[in-house]
Amino acid sequence: MLEAFQDFFRELAQTNPKWNFIYLYDPVQTERVLTGLWTTIKLSVVCVVLSVLIGVIGAWLQGSPIKWLRMFVQGYIQFFRNTPPLVQLLFFYFALGQFTPTYSPDGWLEVPIISNVGWAILSLSFFAGAFNVEIFRAGIESVPDSTKEAADALGMNRFQIYRYVVLPLAFRVSLPSLNNNLVNLVKTTTQAIVIAVPELLYQLVSIYNDYSTAQNACMVLMFLVYIVLVGILVMGMNKWERNMRIPGYGQN
Amino acid sequence: MSETEWTPDQPIVSIKDVHKSFGDLEVLKGVSLDVMKGEVICIIGPSGSGKSTLIRCINALNDIQSGSIQVEGQEVNAPGLDKLELRKKVGMVFQQYNLFPHKTALENVMMAPLLVLKQPEDEVEKRARALVKKVRLEGKENNYPGELSGGQQQRVAIARSLAMNPDVMLFDEVTAALDPETVKEVLVTIKDLAAEGMTCILVTHEMGFAREIADHIYFTDRGVIVEHGPPKTFFESAKDPRTREFLSQIL
Amino acid sequence: MAMLKPIPGISSASATDMAVLKPVTVATPGSASDINFSRFVSDLPWWTLPALAAIFMMWPIAAYAQSTFTMADATSALIRWLPFLVFQGFVFNILISVTTMALGTIAGVVLGLMQVSPNRMIAQPAWLITQTFRNSPWLVLLFIVMLAFPFKIEIGSLTIQIPDWIKAVIGLSLPIMANISEVVRGAIASVPSGQWEAAESLAYSRQQTLWRIILPQCFKRMIPPWMNWYAILTMATPLVSLLGVEEIVTLSQQAMAAENSRPELLVPFYGFCLVIFFAYCYPIARWTIALERKYTVKL
Repeated sequence: MLEAFQDFFRELAQTNPKWNFIYLYDPVQTERVLTGLWTTIKLSVVCVVLSVLIGVIGAWLQGSPIKWLRMFVQGYIQFFRNTPPLVQLLFFYFALGQFTPTYSPDGWLEVPIISNVGWAILSLSFFAGAFNVEIFRAGIESVPDSTKEAADALGMNRFQIYRYVVLPLAFRVSLPSLNNNLVNLVKTTTQAIVIAVPELLYQLVSIYNDYSTAQNACMVLMFLVYIVLVGILVMGMNKWERNMRIPGYGQN
Repeated sequence: MSETEWTPDQPIVSIKDVHKSFGDLEVLKGVSLDVMKGEVICIIGPSGSGKSTLIRCINALNDIQSGSIQVEGQEVNAPGLDKLELRKKVGMVFQQYNLFPHKTALENVMMAPLLVLKQPEDEVEKRARALVKKVRLEGKENNYPGELSGGQQQRVAIARSLAMNPDVMLFDEVTAALDPETVKEVLVTIKDLAAEGMTCILVTHEMGFAREIADHIYFTDRGVIVEHGPPKTFFESAKDPRTREFLSQIL
Repeated sequence: MAMLKPIPGISSASATDMAVLKPVTVATPGSASDINFSRFVSDLPWWTLPALAAIFMMWPIAAYAQSTFTMADATSALIRWLPFLVFQGFVFNILISVTTMALGTIAGVVLGLMQVSPNRMIAQPAWLITQTFRNSPWLVLLFIVMLAFPFKIEIGSLTIQIPDWIKAVIGLSLPIMANISEVVRGAIASVPSGQWEAAESLAYSRQQTLWRIILPQCFKRMIPPWMNWYAILTMATPLVSLLGVEEIVTLSQQAMAAENSRPELLVPFYGFCLVIFFAYCYPIARWTIALERKYTVKL
């Protein structure tokens, strides 16, 4: 069954040299596509988790009474939100990468502590995290003072008000914007190609660089895979938003 | 009147010469009043006369510049005020209900006793159900505030306050945001409460209601108490021209 | 004076289930998210730019205090290349962004109007196209357009060479088109349905209603998100460097290569790229927010 399938595409490549779906019959190329896809997913998941953490911590620091701390967070957001992520990746990897210490695993080779994948994770997480700080802060600010006052009048302390009233409401308000940003983050992982992170786009581009007849086939896959990947993500997020919705609260 | 000496025959809430400003705007210019245990008093007056600010000062939601507010002998205007102690004694209901929208009606009522008083859950739930029943909302326990009408939400808010077993209840224009049809159901609830002997301080625009339930009426205008007295004398033979003008406009 | 209003039924609870829901007003993120980016940028203090510039200029001092290649060397290299980077590089980024925006807006408006068509045969494909290009990574679209488009077009004996940057413009136009399409659809949907009904009752045709009544109302509402997308697009233009188009990032890399690829140059050169984008987007964002405030007050 599988062989018939592979043979069909092998033959198609011979009769139509422009449509060489090499990744469907050559196990080596299939492997490349799959590792690329797996790298994209891992990169996305790690960056999503880190960026949400950065967002929560940043929003918390922005409420700090210490002025220089707030200015520091503001400066961080400024840097990452107002410059192209592609240039950020270049800047992090090439410009900052030269200052990171190296270590030698085998006594011969000097390897930097932070690899290109490491820099991609850092750069992309801080990029998306800068947006998340603002999103969470807007969510926290959207909780009306009167609701907090009611909790105060019931004798709750500051921590309890934050933990049981402000955060649950802020989270629900933030969720749509957060989801938009996370979807955008997954799309932005493609830009890690600029520092040769072997994610899906990188692998597909390498395949058609190696086999020029596979160009069209690679483009078709490129287009479809990302549409499906992002589509699944968007649908999942929408379902999550619906589940989190409180009856009668904040509907458009 | 020091903190240890309070006895039930003394005023449960005692306000003396309270001044309060927001920036340059002085909203309370020396207000004094006493409330005895079990008494129901209504504060009326034109908007911006400082009546809401006054009752918000009683449970320290607003601080005051000078003067003294004591609740059961506890000085509210003291530097090291134990807010938790104060708020166990004083319950408050707001104009905009301010329920927690992500909690059901029952959860709204249970939240503070569980978190603040750390009472056992089964006991709190039993009491919360009884309170929901008391405000005539059986069957709505599991509804979210967004699914309830304004009057129903306000009654949940009253139950939520009562769950803390307060000695004094403050009502800040609790019917002002409601539809005319639902005003009644909230007033009935308050009336029941007053009949049970709860000390109530109300800021209200419902003159008929004030006359019916209040033991004493205070009329405030521009930061001072202009006139006060029992409802009958107050409504039928007000002396001050400002009171007369206000009553003629509103009635 | 004695005639007090009675309160009928005060002693009997009246059970009304009239919905008088007054939900807490929350900033609905769906509508605002379109200009979140601009709002953020416009909130930055004015000294952000000089501070960023200073940081990038100071960096070599700290990093190369001991090196023979001093800060002065790195700075003078950057200053030597500055006119080249700005006038050959960044101006080209602007050219790409303006052309792309023009193309994307025209296509996006058409697509957006198709999305609100009552004819499902028109609306559904338009919706599908919008969602497809909105959800694809920009870089993927760029790769596909760069590779799928021919190098030249032959019309009879005439051969027209298509330069790479034109293909880049087309590639970037696709996501812009899709996002502008959503902006148009959202703006039209934000006009209360009563306006449509009122126009219908006055015997306006659907076309007349759309062009004479609905669009004039939502035109102003579309401007702030439109400008926000322009800023995002401008920040996406360095992507075309991956495809060999000679914009600022490509030229910076070439300039550094010409300066013997000294690693000391990386921070000032890439830093300069970051700063110049910021310098361009900041006033746009301020303006976007100013317009947004102005228009929302009037609504």
